[in-house]
Formats: sequence, structure tokens, C-alpha cells
Amino acid sequence: MSATARLIVRRGRPGEPPSTSLYEIPYTPGASVLDGLRYVRAQLDPSLSVRHSCINANTCKECMILVDGKVEYACTARLEPREMKLEPLPNKAHLKDLVTEIAPPDERLDHALAARAGVGA
Amino acid sequence: MGDRADKAARLETDVLVIGAGAAGMTAALAAAEAGARVILADRSLVGRSGATIMAQMTVAVALGEEVPDHWEHHFADTIQAGRGLCDAHLAQLVCEHGAREIRRLDGWKVGWARKPDGTIRQAHAPGHDRPRCVYVDFLSTGPAVAKTLRGRVIRQDGVTRIGDLCIVDLTVVDGAVTGAVAVSVADGRPVQLQAGAVVLATGGLTRLYRRNSASANMGGDGYALALRAGAELMDMEFVQFFPIGHLAPRLVGMDPIMWDPFRYKLGGRLLNAEGRDFMNDYGNQEAGQYNVTRDRATHAILSEVKAGRGSPAGGAYLSFQHLDEATLREAFGPVIDRLAKNGIDLGQMPVEVAPIAHYHMGGVRVDNRLETRVRNLFAAGEVVAGANGANRLSGNAITEALVFGREAGREAGRRALGASAATPAPAPAGAFDLVRAARAGGEAELAGAMTRLQAVMADDVGPFRTAAGLERALAAIAELEAEIGDMPPGQPGPYNQARLDWFDLRSMLLVAKTVARSALARQESRGAHQRDDHPLMASNWALHQTLELAGNELVLGRAPVQGAELSQVA
Ligand SMILES: Cc1cc2nc3c(=O)[nH]c(=O)nc-3n(C[C@H](O)[C@H](O)[C@H](O)COP(=O)(O)OP(=O)(O)OC[C@H]3O[C@@H](n4cnc5c(N)ncnc54)[C@H](O)[C@@H]3O)c2cc1C
Ligand code: FES
Repeated sequence: MSATARLIVRRGRPGEPPSTSLYEIPYTPGASVLDGLRYVRAQLDPSLSVRHSCINANTCKECMILVDGKVEYACTARLEPREMKLEPLPNKAHLKDLVTEIAPPDERLDHALAARAGVGA
Repeated sequence: MGDRADKAARLETDVLVIGAGAAGMTAALAAAEAGARVILADRSLVGRSGATIMAQMTVAVALGEEVPDHWEHHFADTIQAGRGLCDAHLAQLVCEHGAREIRRLDGWKVGWARKPDGTIRQAHAPGHDRPRCVYVDFLSTGPAVAKTLRGRVIRQDGVTRIGDLCIVDLTVVDGAVTGAVAVSVADGRPVQLQAGAVVLATGGLTRLYRRNSASANMGGDGYALALRAGAELMDMEFVQFFPIGHLAPRLVGMDPIMWDPFRYKLGGRLLNAEGRDFMNDYGNQEAGQYNVTRDRATHAILSEVKAGRGSPAGGAYLSFQHLDEATLREAFGPVIDRLAKNGIDLGQMPVEVAPIAHYHMGGVRVDNRLETRVRNLFAAGEVVAGANGANRLSGNAITEALVFGREAGREAGRRALGASAATPAPAPAGAFDLVRAARAGGEAELAGAMTRLQAVMADDVGPFRTAAGLERALAAIAELEAEIGDMPPGQPGPYNQARLDWFDLRSMLLVAKTVARSALARQESRGAHQRDDHPLMASNWALHQTLELAGNELVLGRAPVQGAELSQVA
């Protein structure tokens, strides 16, 4: 029998009652937690939001989450054939599921709107 | 007409630069230096999220620091590698102005590796006639370039940076671009951007393939944006595969193309399952030196796999076992420890490597000033076609991004300032329909679509192609198009990634079709385009194929090559 990883993932948006989803996925030695989450998004549940872009190189620094309570890059933390608890960073504004607001404040849309005196929504 | 757009956030600027890699950041700097107000938008983080920061290796430029050199020699090598399809003007631009941009970065303290006497080190990469490639140790070229440019952009008051802003369409009025429609990813808000000129700097399309070296942002958005705006694409069949991408064991925290610099510095033996060197079985002459170009090396490795002599994971072995620990450590310092963390000890074991999608030679068709046929719409960087023809020399891409970024940014800045004070054009009717569209559910139906597209592209539109395979791919793409439908799933909202997937698929399927259609039509093998059913290069195919959209139909055309005789330049 091939091994599986059980990912318990925090879901939802701020203001919604906290909920989690459980995903059972095939475990491959050496795989990253992000590999597992990308598998979930691609094959099981595209509605799960997990911020990332470089996938392998650990250069974009977009994928930081809590893995079993510890701050980790999802793309360098190893997947393990057991239950793993994944949550968004606690010290950043929560957007959805595992995604928090990490853009520098002066690179956000609202900052540009204010700076340019643009027309708001 | 404008009332739906009125509910969108609206920003107005002289120049809008889309994409913040080396090309986009350089374009933003150049436009601002020309006096324009600039918005630099990226779908992820500014300066962190494209191919630029991932480029670990080298940048080709005729500095003449290592040995005497002249841009004309670099040009001759570029033209030669391009297998008859380089646009001579664009290639010249890259080779001639590359040195200026590399020196400019040096002045900005990017940190090019130097010798004790202060001269800049230049490595000898395959396809170049001499040592020409500058780099930042250790494997830090891209991060250093990205960080340096980002630092300059931050200090340039004329540039407003906006991350997490995904551009989904350009707006065009009377044949001229007037701005763009975007989604603010963090909150789902639609955004209208009005601009006097636009520079597309969105990078390549390698995410179309199952195994690739790219980031999740490399789905080829820029090609789709350009097509839908009325611009032409060119040479879309030429996708470069990087021959020795890392395959196994799973390596995290390092880019899969990392083995190239190891081979430059240390050699490294490429072996088949029988433990035999095979590169020279395919007409190559590799003798300790690592000098076989990418298209040939890809061909050799995949031929071994096809013949049943591949490694267990479906590639070739790469071995450094003939080197001792001290040699390895001297060449790669801390990288050796990062490998150890992944359980890889190069002195003791080979790794497995295989060709992976890496770079796109084709792209948006531009004139000598990097303007598309849509007025005021410019393009820069990997998204542009022409400079590299049918095959790119290693190290040319960063140079291209820097040089084209500067040219396109300056031209766009001048254009926007020259235009009569931009009266904000109303967004064309319907421009905001997609970004506002809301429906119940639909997310679950997207499951599997991206994986299927990537499999189809890898299996049938990859390094080896046949008419039957390409027809099969086009049918599969049409099926996927029907499946995803013409409306994004769910509602606009904070970080709705499934919705973003839909916009990505919308572009990726269109772009995939342009690659497959041009590959099917080109009945020959040339550079990165290899047809098993037409294995030879045909002189009557020394031409570009172009693509445009007429309504929803892709129309394929042909254009002559703006060429140069090698004898004139070498
Ligand atoms: C792993 C790797 C290693 C490489 N090594 C080398 C090397 O050693 N030497 C070399 O010369 N070349 C190398 N290349 C190629 C080179 O890095 C790229 O061709 C070059 O960096 C492209 O620069 P660019 O600015 O055109 O695009 P990128 O740096 O890719 O930037 C494009 C940006 O556009 C953004 N974007 C895309 N779509 C949208 C949209 N719809 N809305 C808003 N923003 C968008 C992306 O988020 C991204 O930030 C390498 C490539 C890779 C992937
Ligand atoms: S995905 Fe880029 S750092 Fe993790």
C-alpha cells in the first residue's frame, strides 16, 4: 500500500467561522508541502487558495505558511506520510485559506490609488 | 458605456509597464528617465515573481574583459545559433547594447564575479566562440540583477509599483492601445488602467509544459494579451527545452536548471542507463568540454530514453563522481550543503536529468523600435520574438531583457509624452464583463484541466513533434476550451485563486493553440522545432510564421526574415 499524507488545511476568509478541509494525497519521498498543496489544487479542489510562484527555487518568498504551528516556506518544508496541519501566517492580514497579505504596503493598489488620487471603487 | 467601469478602481498614467522582471523594471526606469509617469504592475510581487530572479547562471555580453571580444562576434554566434531565423536588427540591438546595460548594472553594484586584478570574469558557455558570460557567485545572477533593478525602481519617484495586479485584457480604441483591464488579486476588485503607452514585459510561456523551469506566472499571458489586442505573434513553434533539467531525486529549494553552471565549471558526465557517454553518438563532438547547444543535447537525451536506455525517472544520469569533495566545494561553496540537505552527495552518486521547457524564442512581433502593430503598444524581454530565431544562445535572455526593456521603455515614454494630453478614453463596451462576472460555483470543474493541458503540450507539442501528435493536441485543446467555458467561476473576491486559474487557462489555451498550429504548419526541423516526420531543415522554410486573431479564429501567415549574411558579420 502506498503511503499517504493527510493535510488538514485551514479554509475560509476573515469573518467566516473557522473551518478546515482534510485532503489525503499520495506521498512521494522528498516532495515539498507545496507539491502536496499543488496536487490538491490541480486534482482535487481548485477552490483552495495557496499563494506561490517560483515552486522550486525558493526565490519568490510568497509561500510562507504555518506547518504544524511553525513558520515555513511551503516549497522547502517536506511533505511527510502523516497528518500535517497547515494554517495561514498568524501575524499578517488574512485574505483566504492559506493566503495572507504579504505585499509591501507601498506596492498595493490602495497605496497607488491614494498616491495618484485615482478614482476609487 | 463607461458606467460599469465606473465602479472599478481607476488609475491613469503616461506609461503602463506590465510585468516586473528585468525587462519591465528596466522599461519603467527608462520611461521615467524620459520624463513619463509610470505604473509598473505585476501579478505577483514586484521583482520577485518571474524568470529573472530564477536565472542562476550567466549573462552573455561582449565586454572583452576575459579575452578580446567585439559585439560583432557575439552577434555572429547569436545568428548562427538562431538557425536562419534571427531578426538581424533585433539581434544586433541585443549584442551591441548589451555591454552598456551590463556596465550600468556594474555601476549599480550588482556584483559581477571578478578576478583578483579587478577584471570581470567571463565564462565560456556553449555556442559562444569565446568566454563571454558574466555571472554573480554562487548561482546568484538572477537574484542579484532583480534586487539591483528593484532597488533602482524604488528610488525612482516617477514609478508607481503595484503588485498583485493581474492584467487580463488590453483596451484598444481606434487601433491604439489606451490601457488595460486588471484584477486586483488581493481583494478581487476590477481595475481600469488608462495609459498613453503600454509596455508588455510579461515573460515566457513555459508553464504550458509538464516539466518546466518556470514560475507559476509564466503562462504566456503577454502573448494572449497581444493577440486579443490585435497584435501579431511570430515564431511561436520555437520553445526551448533545457536539456539537463533536474529530474530526480526530488530537490527542493533549488531551481531545476541548476546543473548547467556545474557543467561549465567542472564538466560532469552525461551517461545513459548503461553508464556510457552518448552525446557523441548523435553527431556531436563533446570532448570534456561542455559545448553542445541545447537543441542538440535535448535531442540526444530524449533519443536515448526512446531507445530504452534512459534513467529510471526517464532521463539521463549526470555524474560528478570523478571529482573530489574539495574541488566541488571550491567551485560551489554553500550550494554543496544545500544539496546535502536534499540527500545528494555528488561525490557518491549521479543525479537524473531530463529536458524541461525553459524559454520561448517566439512571441510578440515588433518593429525595430519594439512597437507592435497596435499603436503605442510596445513589448520587451522574453515576450518579444525575433532576436533569438529558432534557438537561443545561453546567456542571451537577460541581456535581451535589459536591452529591450531600455529601448521599449524610452520609446513608450517619449510616445506618451508626445501624445496630446491624454483625454481619458472610456473603456470599450464590455471590457469589464469578465472581471465582474459572477456565478454560483464552477471551481470544482477546473480540476485536472491545467494538468491535462501540460501533459498534452509535453507529449505532443514538446521537443519531438509529428503531424498526428499535433492534430491530437489541437483536438485536446479545443476540448479543454469547451470545458472551461466562457465565464470565470465563482465571484470576484479576495485571493480567489480558482478564478485566477480560469483566467490563466483562458490565456494558456489560446497560446497553446498558437504553438501547436505553427508547429503543425512548419514541415521541417529547425532549432528547437523538431518534427519526426520532417527530420531535415528545409531552405524554403527560412521564414517566420505569424499569427493573428480574426474574431475568434487564429490566422497563420508568413513573413520574410530580416537577415544578415554571416560573412558580413563574422
Ligand atoms: C530557471 C531559469 C534560469 C534561467 N537562467 C538564465 C541565465 O542564466 N541567463 C539568461 O540569460 N537567461 C536565463 N533564463 C531566462 C531569463 O531568465 C528570462 O528570459 C528573462 O529573465 C526574462 O525576463 P523578462 O523580464 O522578460 O520576464 P520575467 O522575469 O519572467 O518577468 C515577467 C513578469 O511578468 C509578470 N506577469 C506575467 N503575466 C502578467 C500579467 N498578466 N499581469 C501582470 N504581470 C504579469 C510575471 O509575474 C513576472 O514577474 C533563465 C530562466 C529560468 C526560468
Ligand atoms: S514558492 Fe517561491 S519561495 Fe516558495
